[in-house]
This record gives sequence, C-alpha cells and structure tokens, in this order.
Amino acid sequence: MATVAQNTATLAHVEEHEHHEPQSFWRKYVFSEDHKTIAKQYLISGIFWSVIGISLSVMFRLQLGFPDMKLGFLRPILGSWIDETGKLDPDFYLALVTMHGTIMVFFVLTAGLSGTFSNFLIPLQVGARDMASGFLNMLSYWFFFLASVVMFVSLFFETGPAAGGWVVYPPLSALPQAHKGSEAGMTYWLVSMALFIVSQLLGGINYITTVINLRTRGMSFSKLPLTVWAFFLTAVLGLISFPVLLSAALLLIFDRSFGTSFYLSEIFIGGEALPNVGGSPILFQHLFWFLGHPEVYIVLLPALGMTSEIIATNARKPIFGYRAMIASMMGIAFLAFIVWAHHMFVTGMNPFLGSIFMFLTLIIAVPSAVKAFNYITTLWRGNIRFTPAMLFSIGLVSFFISGGLTGLILGNSALDIQLHDTYFVVAHFHLVMGAASAFGLLAGVYHWFPKMFGRMMNDKLGYIHFWFTFIGIYLVFFPMHYIGIAGFPRRYYAFTSYDFTKHIFSDMNSFITIAAVFTFAAQWIFVWNFVYSIFKGKKAPQNPWKSNTLEWTAPINPGHGNWPGEIPAVYRWPYDYSKPGAKDDFIPQNVPYSQTPESNLPHENELIGLEKEIEAQNLNDQFKQPH
Amino acid sequence: MAATVTTETAPSDSAQAFDKKTWMGGVEPMNASYGKLMMWFFLISDTFTFSALLVTYGLIRFSYPAWDPAIYGEVFKFSNIYWPIPEKVYNAVPFLHGVDAPLVFVGIMTFILIFSSVTMVLAVEAGHRMDRADVEKYMLWTILGGLTFLGSQAWEWSHFIHGTEQGTVIRELVSGQWVERTIFGANLVENQYGPPAFADLFFFITGFHGTHVLSGVVLNILIFYRAATGLYERRGHYEMVEKVGLYWHFVDLVWVFVFTFFYLV
Repeated sequence: MATVAQNTATLAHVEEHEHHEPQSFWRKYVFSEDHKTIAKQYLISGIFWSVIGISLSVMFRLQLGFPDMKLGFLRPILGSWIDETGKLDPDFYLALVTMHGTIMVFFVLTAGLSGTFSNFLIPLQVGARDMASGFLNMLSYWFFFLASVVMFVSLFFETGPAAGGWVVYPPLSALPQAHKGSEAGMTYWLVSMALFIVSQLLGGINYITTVINLRTRGMSFSKLPLTVWAFFLTAVLGLISFPVLLSAALLLIFDRSFGTSFYLSEIFIGGEALPNVGGSPILFQHLFWFLGHPEVYIVLLPALGMTSEIIATNARKPIFGYRAMIASMMGIAFLAFIVWAHHMFVTGMNPFLGSIFMFLTLIIAVPSAVKAFNYITTLWRGNIRFTPAMLFSIGLVSFFISGGLTGLILGNSALDIQLHDTYFVVAHFHLVMGAASAFGLLAGVYHWFPKMFGRMMNDKLGYIHFWFTFIGIYLVFFPMHYIGIAGFPRRYYAFTSYDFTKHIFSDMNSFITIAAVFTFAAQWIFVWNFVYSIFKGKKAPQNPWKSNTLEWTAPINPGHGNWPGEIPAVYRWPYDYSKPGAKDDFIPQNVPYSQTPESNLPHENELIGLEKEIEAQNLNDQFKQPH
Repeated sequence: MAATVTTETAPSDSAQAFDKKTWMGGVEPMNASYGKLMMWFFLISDTFTFSALLVTYGLIRFSYPAWDPAIYGEVFKFSNIYWPIPEKVYNAVPFLHGVDAPLVFVGIMTFILIFSSVTMVLAVEAGHRMDRADVEKYMLWTILGGLTFLGSQAWEWSHFIHGTEQGTVIRELVSGQWVERTIFGANLVENQYGPPAFADLFFFITGFHGTHVLSGVVLNILIFYRAATGLYERRGHYEMVEKVGLYWHFVDLVWVFVFTFFYLV
C-alpha cells in the first residue's frame, strides 16, 4: 500500500540520482558526507592523536624511570618546561599525565576507534547506502575536529594544558588559582570536551538510527554481525552517559568562571578563605563516573565486537555462542551504568553502599568471562590463519583476561582501599581497556584496510609490529602490578624523596621505561606500513580474508552508495564458516539457502520458502527514497 | 489489513506475519522515519542531561536543612542557613506590587507553556490533514506561547535579581570580623532568599531550560516559515512539524519537572 503512494516521489528521486555531479575536491575529501571518507578522517585523526598521546607518556616515563636523566634534548619540543639543569618541570609532569589520559581515552580510543569503525562498518555490514544522515555525520566529525583543535592549542599555553588528571576533579580544576594547569588549560579542556560530547551525540544518534532503520532486506537483528551489535550498544552507552558529563562540565564551567558553588565549599587557598559554601566535590565525582565508567565500555565494546568477527573469520569457524555474545554485551552495557561508585570507594562512602557497588561490579565478571570463553572456544580446534589482524585479536583476548583478573581484585572495596591510586590500578586498566582496545583498533585496521584503501598492508611488518607491541606491553604493565602492591602512588613526579620508595624498585621503574620506549618505537613500523600501503600496497582482491559479511560483496573501492545496482539481500547469519558439506569453507550472508542444498540443515531448508518474501521487501534503499 | 491477507502466502495470522517483517530488514521498522528516530534518541540523551542537573539540585537541596519553626522562629524569614519555602520566594505578579500571590505567576507561565503544547498538537494534526492554513495558524499560536513564556521568565528572573524592598540582613565573616550587611535580590554569588546555592541552581537550571525553549522557538519559527512558503506542501508531508513538535513537548515535559523541583518541593 505504501509503495503506491511513494511511487511518484521515488521516480523523481531515481532520476535525481542518475545525475550526480562529480563532486569538488572539498566536498569529496574534506567536507564529505560519505561514511567511508568520514571513517578515514576519524582514523587518520586518531592515529595523529595516538602519536601525541603516547609520546607524552614516554616523556613522563623517562622522568619516572630515570629521575636523574638530563632531558635537555627535549627542549626543542617542550621549551622552558625543561629547566636549566635539564629537569622536567613538576607542574608540566602533571599536565603530561592528564593530557595522556584525556587524549588516549577520548580522542584515540573513543573517536579514533568507534568513530572510524562504526562509520566505516555499520553501513557496509548492514547493507545501507550510507549513514541515516550524512550531513549530521559530517557535522559529527567536524565537531570532533574543532574539539581536537581546541585541545591541541591548549598544549602550547604558557601555563600549560589541564593538569588535574583526566578526571578533572574539583576543587583543583574549579579554582584557577589552585595550580598552573587549572588556568587557561583547564578552560580549554572543558570547551574541547563540550564540543567532543556534541560530536559523540551526533555520531551516536546516527549509528543507532542507521542500525535500526537501514538494515538491508533479510538483515534481522539476529543476523547482524557482532561488530554491528557492538557498535550499536556502544552508541547507546554514549548516548546515555555523555550528556551527564556535559552537565557536569557545564556546572564546572560555572564554578570556574561565574562564581557559583556547585562543587565548592569551605576552601582555604593560600591562607585566604573562599566565599564558596554549599557545594560538594563528591557530586562531581558521581556525575563524572556516571559517564566515566560506561566510557570504559564505550572504548572496549567496539574492540570486542571487531575481535569476534576477526577471530571467527580467521579460525574458519562460526563464532561460539553468537547469542551468548550478544547477551553478554547487553549485560555489560546494562551493568556499566550501575557500578560507577566503585571508582569512589575511598571518598568516605558508606561501606554498606560500597559493598552494594562491589557486588554489582563483580557481576560484570560473568558476561566478561562468557566472552573470554567464547573467544577461546571459537579458536579451539579451528583452522587458524595467523594474519596480523588475527594475532592482534588473540592479543586482545590475552590482555582482556590478564587485565580483567586484576579487576576482580580492584572491584573489592576492602582491597581497593589499599590499592586505590597506585600503579596496580594503572596496570589493571591499561591492560584491560587501554591495550585491549588499542589492539582492537589495530586488528581492525589490519583487517579492514583492504576495504578502506583497496590495498593490502604488508604482513611481515604486521607480524613484527605485533610481536614487538605484544611483548612490549606486557613488559611495561606486568611489573607495574608489583610497584602498585608496594604502594607506589600514581601521578607522582618522582619517588626519590620518600623514604619508603627511595631505595626500592628504581631498577624496575627504569626497566618499564625502557620497555615503554621500545614499544613506542615499534609503533612507527605500523605508521610506516599504514602510510606506505595506502599508496604502494599490493592491490586487494575482492574478498581477501574469505569473509562472510556484506562489505566484501561491495566493489573493492566502493563508491557513493556502496553497491552499484540493488543492495544485496541477506539470507543467513554471518558465521557460516567450514559448514559441513559446503563447497568452500565460507558462505557469505548474501548466498540464499536455495543455492546451498548440500550444506543446509533441516530448519534451513524450511527457510528457503521465505526467500521470495525477503527479496520483495526492499523498501528502505536510500537511493529510492527522498532524503 | 484485509487487502494484504489476500496476497500473503501464509495467511494463518496476518498480524503476526506483519510483526516478523517489521524487523526482518529492508524496511523502516514501524514506518518511523530516520529523522523521527533521531529526534527520539536526541531526546533520550537530553533527558539524561536534565536528570543530571536535577540530581545535582536534589543533592545540594537536601544537604541544607529545611525551615523549622521550632528552631528558626515561628515567622518564616529568609536566611542563608536553611532552604527557603518556594511560596515565599515566588510570590510576585507583575503590576500587582506588594501583593502576596504565592506561585500565581509561575502557575500562569506553566499554563501558557502547556497550552502551547496543545496548539502544537493541533499543528501536527493539521499537518496530517495537509491543511497548510491551519498549520500556519497553530504554529503561530505555539510561537506566541513560547515567546510569552520566555518573556515571563525574563520578568521573573529580573524580579528575582532585584529582590524585595526590605532585602535581607546577612551576617558574614570578613577578615576575622562578623559584619552585618543587607543584600537585595540574588545573583550567582549571593542571595537574599536563602543559601547562594539556591540561586545558583535556580539560574542554572531554569536558564538551561530557557535556552531549550529559546531554541525551540527558533525551530518553530523556521518551521512556520517553511510551512508558510509552501515547502512542506510541495514535499507532500508535514513530518518536520511532527519532529519539532516532539522537541517542543519534551521541553514542556522538562518544565513540569523543573517546576516541581523548584516551586513545589
């Protein structure tokens, strides 16, 4: 019925589409509304930020590992933050730590990871011409770009960028007179984050809507690749948690600049009493961690989703427990919102309330363990091909397990009180969320590079990059557990002036620093491989990994609208690998059951009857609709 | 539905078959356009923005004592020790100087805003009928309602800022000495009606809501203009009116909560 009414508009629209003008350089590469271009913009911005973010960490590692080292050679970059004696300025040390956290969490592992792969893979894997709204998608990137510019500019202030830790707790962050890093740097931090949140909302709304509305015919939610499920849930998490950070940031801006006292009460600074009364700094922590904890999963879930896809493809086996994977991601996404106070066990929280949050936190171990077991059982007796992407995915599983185990320890309020703000925490979250998500990002780049750029990355360099990074990361973060148990607090400039830290673990700190420099150096192999392969890589075949998902049915270099002609229909789930009786060891999603009688299971033979119905239901092709 | 049953191959239960197809892909589930879905998801996220602010209000509000006649004296007066009674703060009405009319003016404001939601519903309904003249008429009423609300809020803010004629005497510690001072009205730093936090929250939350109303009015004007120039008639549907309508109802709904928190609790 609806089709009849649509016809006139449809015809006009088809005509309109056949006359697409060739786009100008600016519309094609800069202000592009094409999801593939936007994804590449996010990826390249993400790589740019990760180079900056990791270099900052190497700088403060040098200070921690070799407190007596002359850092004069950094003066060309850091200028007067290195004093005459070649020492790093202690104020700037705090700025380095803060900016490392902010950049890596938000700009690399949120924007660079889900921005890249949600944009790139959602339309290609659900079978859509583009995102629901290309314009909002473009705005999303440019808000992120603006946020990046503001944050980047803040790095060069005379008073330095924000330095209150990436969590920017007030009162430190609310009082410009409290610390150098609370001056202009903090203002810019807040402005940048507000822009970043707008970008995330625009992106997230688009991802969710695209998944709901633009799945191709036959692509029910139970046939979606796990990547898309992960991106979908990630977008939901971001949609609900980022606005709370927006509120927290706006209130903080008012406290900083307009004299309100939302987070401030009864403070003496430099012997002078401030007039602010009535606010509560703990309130900020609650609001912040209501975002901050889901943010951990915003960072991790896309990596887990891509890993599911890569491991199933390269183990040549169906993913073990497809529905269990979805259920555990939903479980994680739900629990993410009710555990935030486990970051605040030491704020004077009622121990009974603490035990409730401890209980809820420890429940997360269940869906996480389900996922870990499913990865391992997918690998079990698989016909594994060790591509670089596969290696990074297996690496992710390793980090997820070894970092997740210490999560059980830290989730206990009684233990957390001992370990809070020590290097044990640093080691925990760098493994489970930092390194794991970074490996997801790298695995994704290696795996989908042929689809993005039509060329292959170099495998050999990929293997070297993997082993150097995998070993390097364990060498950096494993020893940190011991340092943390020994009581070394994080964010300290030097341990040389305290009796209890003066004579111990300095060799281990030096060791970690050497490992960090080594790991950082290994990343240039990747950067080289990435840039070189864009221009000079081997030409990619149609389906290099013999994968089932829809993106490999699109042309090698998909154009505007992704598929010439009709969008493919989908008949089966994406994990028909090594199906008994089948000709090949993979059957793409767009192959109907009627063409594979040799491998169909009894219930699948019954689905053949539905094929006509699926093919007929082609009502949401964006090229046939006014948009 | 009867028409579809004849073409179905498996017509055992047409309603159920329809259900299955809704999520089978190749179709927009339940015929919701992408724009409408996006508006809904935006509203969900905005709900959380406001929830965070109202949680902030609640937390700070209950860290202060309420006025208790047994402790603070039988007659209520403003003090920065306890949270004020809203009826005593918001009791002025324009042109009725000196009249104690608790919550009357804000009641009128609320009524106007809710009434503008009604006219918005009528505009959406007129859009379904493709009645351009009615859409224009009801959009104009909605815009007028929004502007009246904003004007009233401006008056209320200005009254709140200027304060009462007598002002309130507060005691404060200035360089080690207790001094008494009379303050009039409220700003972000001091407040004659109660603790400064009361005014901070009032300005921030009603201001944040007012910004939403303002952007809603701007959107309404845009929609009115595009309806009046016949864009939607040429397009064949008035869905934009519906989408902006969703936003407008949301802003009204948020006001109901803000009103409850600030004026009734």
